[in-house]
Amino acid sequence: MTQVSMTVNGKSATGTVEGRTLLSSFLRDTLELTGTHVGCDTSQCGACVVHVNGVAVKSCTMLAAEADGAEVATIEGQANADGSLNVIQQAFQDHHGLQCGFCTPGMVMSAAALLKDNPKPTEAEVREYLEGNICRCTGYHNIVKAIMAASGQDVAIAAE
Amino acid sequence: MYNFEFVKPATLADAVAALSGEDAQALGGGQTLIPTLKQRLNQPGTLVSLLSIPEMVGVCKTDDGALSVGGATTHATVSAEAAVDFPGLAGLASHIGDPAVRNRGTIGGSLANNDPAACYPAAALGTGATIVTNAREIAADDYFQGMFATALEEGEVITEVRFPVPEVSNYQKFVQPASRFALVGVFVAKYADGVRVAVTGASEEGVFRWSEAEAALSAIFSVDALAGLSVPADGMIGDLHGTPAYRAHLVAVMTRRAVAAAA
Ligand SMILES: Cc1cc2nc3c(=O)[nH]c(=O)nc-3n(C[C@H](O)[C@H](O)[C@H](O)COP(=O)(O)OP(=O)(O)OC[C@H]3O[C@@H](n4cnc5c(N)ncnc54)[C@H](O)[C@@H]3O)c2cc1C
Ligand code: FES
Ligand code: FES
Repeated sequence: MTQVSMTVNGKSATGTVEGRTLLSSFLRDTLELTGTHVGCDTSQCGACVVHVNGVAVKSCTMLAAEADGAEVATIEGQANADGSLNVIQQAFQDHHGLQCGFCTPGMVMSAAALLKDNPKPTEAEVREYLEGNICRCTGYHNIVKAIMAASGQDVAIAAE
Repeated sequence: MYNFEFVKPATLADAVAALSGEDAQALGGGQTLIPTLKQRLNQPGTLVSLLSIPEMVGVCKTDDGALSVGGATTHATVSAEAAVDFPGLAGLASHIGDPAVRNRGTIGGSLANNDPAACYPAAALGTGATIVTNAREIAADDYFQGMFATALEEGEVITEVRFPVPEVSNYQKFVQPASRFALVGVFVAKYADGVRVAVTGASEEGVFRWSEAEAALSAIFSVDALAGLSVPADGMIGDLHGTPAYRAHLVAVMTRRAVAAAA
């Protein structure tokens, strides 16, 4: 067992982990931040996407020990300081970008990573960026619409 | 996963020392190894992370004009940092898996694993790259030895991959939609002294050079030069995603597309 420390959503977090402890388990089981979902646990679905040192990673495919000393951001840290939904989250609500909501934390974290690098993506760029995020409910169109809206662009997309 | 110890050395020398221990294994981005460990297909005693070794990370030009990529450089970094000097390589890296995979997965991990459907083997073989390890330099033509098989010895670490930069190059991948690996991928690179063509995803022998296409393209670098050329279906992979004949057909199609995109 080793001790790890990292910053999670701006607060310092410390815990004891095994070599094999996944970052997703550390977040969910030790820190009780259960907003990060585990859908497949095989690196396919993207429900577990968080940011580590500013970039999107699948937390089910990274060891907690690898994140020692890192800055981690999860869905729990996305809302505005007053607790209201941030622009991306609000756009998902406004444009019906979720149904069951299981994929949503990963979708929002991937969208946040995309818009940080590319504030005005095209619809095609949004779809390509979401290749590693699987949604079994929405059929994706409303997710793409939400992300286009969050980037301040027209939400009328070709697929409608 | 079975449990293991995790160590994160800061120098190559410490990593090599740690890897000489019993049951120690290198950990790159973990994008292949962690899923393998979850299936209990492997039981290392110690995982030695290579991602905190500064001398193994980054992209730079060498004095003789080659592009050197550190063995622990992520796909995302290659796609950003090779874009100007070697756009064919950057383009390949920018289409591996998805963004989260590219933020972790490394070139050394990909080449060490040598998945028959992986992208980087096509670039390494298609450029005649040099695989540099802690112990020696291995020419790409000698490095790839069949599906998941390479010239690497136990505990040997890929520290750098040195690519001779082509005049023009392109990689075309026909994506297997579930895995996002290559159903067939072709890397074409044109040099002053000839053209190299490497094919991944297709053969039961792993990545290979298509010498007939190389000869035709070395004479005239155009899509027309490929007219009538095909690879035999014999020895191609057949699975639920495609028959050997389908893969053989795709090899010719992807090669034409790569030449059209590069020319
Ligand atoms: C959803 C998904 C989609 C993917 N799509 C693609 C794709 O389209 N194309 C593609 O090419 N790949 C794809 N991959 C694989 C990905 O590129 C991996 O990152 C890569 O194959 C392994 O690199 P890694 O750094 O993650 O290595 P790891 O998983 O850490 O290690 C893999 C193996 O290499 C060894 N190793 C690691 N680094 C070194 C080194 N420097 N020297 C010696 N040995 C080393 C390890 O011991 C292990 O045996 C995909 C993976 C996932 C999860
Ligand atoms: S739970 Fe991590 S990718 Fe599905
Ligand atoms: S909303 Fe149900 S999986 Fe996406």
